[in-house]
Amino acid sequence: MMAFLKLLARNRLAAFGGILLLALVLLALITPLLPLLEPNATNPANRLQPPLSDGHWLGTDQLGRDILSRLLWGLRVSLAVGIAASLVAALIGSTIGLVAGYFGGRTDNTLMRGIDMLMAFPYILLALAIVAVLGPGLMNALYAIAIVNIPFFARNIRGATVSIAHREFVDAARLSGKGDLRILVSEILPNVLPVIVITLSTTVGWMILETAGLSFLGLGAQPPQADLGSMLGEGRRMIINAPHVATLPGLAIFLLVMSINLLGDGVRDALDPRLKSGALSRPAPMTRLRRRQHVKVDDVVRVPGQASALLEVDDLHTDFEVGRETYRAVNGVSFSLKPNECLGLVGESGSGKSVTALSLLGLVASPPGVISGGHVHFQGRDLLDLGIRELRRVRGNQVAYVFQDPLSTLHPLIKVGDQLIEALRTHQPLSRQAAHQRAVELLGQVRIPNPERRASQYPHELSGGMRQRVGIAMALANDPQLIIADEPTTALDVTVQAQILTLLKRLREAQGTSVLFITHDFGVVSQVCDRVAVMYAGRIVEVGPTQELLANPRHPYTRRLIDCVPRLGDPDHEPAAIPGLPPAANALPSGCAFADRCDLVEPRCREGEIALIASDGERQVRCIKPLANRTTTGAAHA
Amino acid sequence: MPEPLLDITGLTRTFGGGRSLLGIPKPGVHAVQRVDLQVARGETLGIVGESGCGKSTLARMLVGLDTPSGGEIRFAGEDLQAMRRLDRHALSRRIQYVFQDPLSSLNPRMRIRDILAAPLKHLRGLSGRALDARIAELLEVVNLRPEFVSRYPHEFSGGQAQRIGIARALAAEPDVLVLDEPVSALDVSVQAQVLKLLRRLKAEFDLTYLFISHDLSVVETISQRIAVMYFGRVVEEAPARRLFSQPAHPYTRLLLSSAPVPGGPPITAESTAAELPDPLDPPPGCAFAPRCPKARDACRQAPPPLEALSGGGHRAACLYPERGAWQASASTTATPGAS
Repeated sequence: MMAFLKLLARNRLAAFGGILLLALVLLALITPLLPLLEPNATNPANRLQPPLSDGHWLGTDQLGRDILSRLLWGLRVSLAVGIAASLVAALIGSTIGLVAGYFGGRTDNTLMRGIDMLMAFPYILLALAIVAVLGPGLMNALYAIAIVNIPFFARNIRGATVSIAHREFVDAARLSGKGDLRILVSEILPNVLPVIVITLSTTVGWMILETAGLSFLGLGAQPPQADLGSMLGEGRRMIINAPHVATLPGLAIFLLVMSINLLGDGVRDALDPRLKSGALSRPAPMTRLRRRQHVKVDDVVRVPGQASALLEVDDLHTDFEVGRETYRAVNGVSFSLKPNECLGLVGESGSGKSVTALSLLGLVASPPGVISGGHVHFQGRDLLDLGIRELRRVRGNQVAYVFQDPLSTLHPLIKVGDQLIEALRTHQPLSRQAAHQRAVELLGQVRIPNPERRASQYPHELSGGMRQRVGIAMALANDPQLIIADEPTTALDVTVQAQILTLLKRLREAQGTSVLFITHDFGVVSQVCDRVAVMYAGRIVEVGPTQELLANPRHPYTRRLIDCVPRLGDPDHEPAAIPGLPPAANALPSGCAFADRCDLVEPRCREGEIALIASDGERQVRCIKPLANRTTTGAAHA
Repeated sequence: MPEPLLDITGLTRTFGGGRSLLGIPKPGVHAVQRVDLQVARGETLGIVGESGCGKSTLARMLVGLDTPSGGEIRFAGEDLQAMRRLDRHALSRRIQYVFQDPLSSLNPRMRIRDILAAPLKHLRGLSGRALDARIAELLEVVNLRPEFVSRYPHEFSGGQAQRIGIARALAAEPDVLVLDEPVSALDVSVQAQVLKLLRRLKAEFDLTYLFISHDLSVVETISQRIAVMYFGRVVEEAPARRLFSQPAHPYTRLLLSSAPVPGGPPITAESTAAELPDPLDPPPGCAFAPRCPKARDACRQAPPPLEALSGGGHRAACLYPERGAWQASASTTATPGAS
């Protein structure tokens, strides 16, 4: 609640609207206590006095009634009717929406067709018809406006309910023995309440206008009762010789409705979870770079062997700045990749492996992401220093990405062939026809049967495996030197995964592309990677050739992580859990980040930063006492 | 075999279908087709299959979230549907469900206390101090701190949230837990913690598990018997060890050889793109025949029945089952001394 008020107060316009509305409401509340003239007392001798005349600050109307007094009493009436009508509409409309959305099927059909019929009438005509049947009067105008606005609530709330009624927690509540009514009231209502409040806050202003409109037409407040709309209607006839009689109530309506709408928009922005998470703030085209001084823990990790590196990442730091907190997602990562090598980047969720991959081409969303240090050397230049124009020439060209979920990375409304053509023509001067031909060729290359026909299909017409093949074809489009594959098979079934892994392997052999393969699955790593880097809490804790690292992990974390994984065909190997959780990225401990969970911890593990040291052969480990080879009796220390 | 606790016979679920107003049959999707399974008390039956094989639909029918189109489920001899008609809570007191996504199965606007209190109040009729005591007990059982009761779900990690989901299922004091991919959304280190907890709870409360997963290695570590599903049918069923050492159905063999094992042998992949048959227009014969290297004409005539093979409790729905041991296994891998 406090957070909500704070958010609201930060929105200046909403705060202004809120203060204005508060003042108006207060004024309306204390009206009976104010030393005002009787609003309905006529005095024909004193008619049409201009504002600031004696005894009448705002002048008098055609019957000599005090306009200030009528305005305040009218404000009271308009506010009361508007709010009451909104509440009635919200109550009935939300109930209809909840019931229709929750029960679905025939109930939904019947209720919503009724609502549709209500909406098919022009609203003012409907209100007029209702007033005509019930007779003019303020209460009847209130009913009319409430009824007219029911569809608005019913539709909004139904939409929100439908999206919640199929969530798993509703099934869970049913299995907990809750009946439908109880589920509606205790499970669903709290979740759609923000929607109801948002709808309410954006309709109150509109309702007040409609009430004023009906009164203006003489169907709402009946003389002599004052109401902003009827005052406006009466003043209209004297707009030439006494403009203030109509202008003042008009101004009052304007101020009232504006204040409500400004506040309503603020309420909506503060309550809408999508807006809260910053969906409206447009991310920059590349991650912000703001190099800070970091204590460098590791020396530059040179490529083992003689070949020069294709990619050399040196002490990369990426932070997320949320409010006053800085989350250090990538905390000094260095690695290098040879031409035609496949390096696996392995870690659990939150270890920083994906952020590392996205940082290389400045693809971390900014805000909140900031690259706060390091270098990414690729073909003799530092990718982090490139401007957005140069970076765009690298993205999807020399360096290409394959993402986890091809359904969300392919555009749903563009045929896959056209998406490939776009990828090709962004970087190559090809005619449309040549590009089409190349696109079909690429689809064939990733072993999509009948590529010509598939090219003219939309992503939803392809299976998950096929879509991932398209994703790979797109990455291959411009013959990249480096493919960054971020969990490319995690969303796929195991038989499809086998095919995609085989395909990646074959393509790498045929094209000589380097691959940075990000995954959490040691089985997959073991199939495709030459070397593996294990990440924990934003750092690489161990690097080495895949089979050696898997057989004899040197870092305690690596070993325990491997032992967590159940092994197929070895049911007696009971997965050993690692107690505890990784440290929070905004409160990393000094020293080894794994120390709290490690059963071999010593005091010196927590004293100062621990560097990645060469252990044996091409292997490196960030541990002061690396493990020795596994023996049949268990591992001994080095 | 003594009388099974759960006896599923001919269970079928068709979505859509029926006839239109003019009497023209509408196409229906056969999510689950004539499944026969028995689960003994105290057993863990693993159900393995890829997406679209009907394993989740099967699970939802067992707990009453979905109603079968045909066949029956008997719980200790009683018909489940009849039981539900008499008392809508009767089923939930005997069979409970653990969801795949721990966070989306907890209402974001309810405190843990209210989430755990619901089954205790509605299914077990607890209130007042007994209710509070039981909530504290449940949290302790799943290794969560008692002060968590006043927190909201978003304050928990995935592993903790899944423990709450398990505690909620246990609150009903069920005999059977249907676990639908309970560890798939978790990191491996947390996955191991939850598996360990599930093992302990089973012994402690004398539970019977139906453990559904797409992950063969997870199912293997926890199950005594495993049923493999493909396209709505059980294609093979066997004691866990036997299934992994001597898989008979070509699909089971394909699954096993596709699964990458750390330090294991290279996986083999099918050469042609693997596509499931069109669920609106299933082939008349074995659904796996289009992908099967050994398929013959007879396979395409009618779906092969699930028949017993030699050797205890091994059944396979294949006309030409594979025989003999499956060659690739972790015993040949390069990770020694891990037991």
